[in-house]
Amino acid sequence: MSLEVQIEKKLTDFSLEVSFRAEAEPLSILGASGAGKTMLLRCIAGLEQPDRGRIKLNDRVFFDSESHLNIPARQRRVGLLFQNYALFPHRTVAQNIAFGLEGLPRDERSKKVAALVQRTHLPGLEDRYSRTLSGGEQQRVALARALAIEPEALLLDEPLSALDTHLRSQMEIQLQETFAAYRRPTLLVTHNMEEAYRLGARLLVLSRGREVASGAKERIFHRPPSVEVARLTGCKNISRARAISDHSVEARDWACTLRLTQPTPQSAAQSSAQPTGFVGIRAHHIEFVEANGAAGEENVFPCWLVRSSETPFRITLFLSLQQHSSQSPQPESAQLQAEVYKEKWQRFRDKPFPWHVRLRADSLFWMKE
Amino acid sequence: MDWSPLWISIATSVTATVITLFLGLAAAAWREGRKGPAMALVDGVFLLPLVLPPTVVGFLLLLLFGRNGPLGNLFLEFDATIVFSWPATVIAATVVAFPLMYLTARAALEQVEPSLLQAARTLGASEWRVFREVALPLAWPGVLAGTILSFARALGEFGATLMLAGNIPSRTETIPIAIYFAVEANDMAVAATWCLIDIGISLALLAGLYYWTHLQAPQRVRLAGR
Repeated sequence: MSLEVQIEKKLTDFSLEVSFRAEAEPLSILGASGAGKTMLLRCIAGLEQPDRGRIKLNDRVFFDSESHLNIPARQRRVGLLFQNYALFPHRTVAQNIAFGLEGLPRDERSKKVAALVQRTHLPGLEDRYSRTLSGGEQQRVALARALAIEPEALLLDEPLSALDTHLRSQMEIQLQETFAAYRRPTLLVTHNMEEAYRLGARLLVLSRGREVASGAKERIFHRPPSVEVARLTGCKNISRARAISDHSVEARDWACTLRLTQPTPQSAAQSSAQPTGFVGIRAHHIEFVEANGAAGEENVFPCWLVRSSETPFRITLFLSLQQHSSQSPQPESAQLQAEVYKEKWQRFRDKPFPWHVRLRADSLFWMKE
Repeated sequence: MDWSPLWISIATSVTATVITLFLGLAAAAWREGRKGPAMALVDGVFLLPLVLPPTVVGFLLLLLFGRNGPLGNLFLEFDATIVFSWPATVIAATVVAFPLMYLTARAALEQVEPSLLQAARTLGASEWRVFREVALPLAWPGVLAGTILSFARALGEFGATLMLAGNIPSRTETIPIAIYFAVEANDMAVAATWCLIDIGISLALLAGLYYWTHLQAPQRVRLAGR
């Protein structure tokens, strides 16, 4: 089972150009708002028509610009979960779920609705109207309604964005259960990297209508191929860099030389030119080490605290690798953001400056522009 | 006193309103989602009866349904004459009431959240089912308001009716026409009676409409707010 999409569509200020294949597992589509994610889902569902390209689900071609084929949405059997749920306000929960089951005999229909109500944990709410339901309940009704038609692919548009934190994690579990039982191509659009990571098996990163990364989520988060992908996946520390040998780079914004486990483009270039790009490390990968012993080791640097910002369990430390002459360094002189659990921070917070950080060679990654 | 104008007026208005309801809804549904300069012209034609003097509408209808008119000729084939018959009162009332129905129905259909219609489509519903089971029920408050306005307008129709249907007592004499000819004949008591009846019906309709939309308003806001 697979969904093949290869489309182009002109949007207001950029064009959507994507080409990918989704197998029978959830694929997260990550992108900032306005990257064309929703439009992509609408094209697959048949609510919008691409300018060019081809959309194929299993052996059914939905859209093909060359043969002027465009199957209407009602014949595609693709479940689309709208961001605002789009529940019919004049129908009860049960009637909403039954909307797509019009062709079935009455008793079969009610049996199926009852099963879906069980599956999406909605018992007792069958006769309620959507406006009397909570956001999470509305979401589950929308999911049950979409699943009722036994869609051959499921598309979810920001399914968790309208929910508060508590409901969000509940709904995430519900979605994981659903995906596990569903086992057909599933696309999940989100701007939240954690959601994208937790819910998708694979990842597709979109930026201004273009695919900037795709593949196994672990690989994309571990080694983002570009600065854009690094930022979208939440990387806080990025420096301009120049490759000086196979495994070492000069990080220009951090004014230091770093060793990387990952080979730099220098090894491929073969020439004397020193390729430029970017080097990055995630905030929670920065390690704090004891000064005596570690100082002078590879990728260990002295640092000074510029400012900090606390969350309930963790603290973000904004660090500078250079000591500033003035007593109160400017906040903008911070070069690195490190994130540590508070328990750990307690252990070194009172130590005298400079502290020492290690940017581990296997945590650093090289990125092209 | 001859009560026939009351029954004729009610029969004419009810028939015209029912026809207008279907025509107006069909036109509004057809017009929905269409764009372009041609549509501006279509809107203009649909709304003309609202702004033209009733005598112009009556004159055009006479040309259309008269013995030499295209539609009049067609009816002659079946041995039917429209001009100066009861159906003429219905035709005149329908034409002048149509723009009100069309306008309110369109406004009501446009209020329906597009994602609801799209959701219905992805669930396999045909366009007809999307209209009947999603768009229409949600637009219903507006459509009903348009129906009441159309009925009130049909009830008050005078000029075009007089020109197309004339004044044939017990056949085409509606309340407004009865009033005009009562005044002509200096029969002030009859004219005043009909005036009071007409004011009474119209007031009841409009007050009912107001009361009803007032009751419905909070629910409609909730629907739109979804």
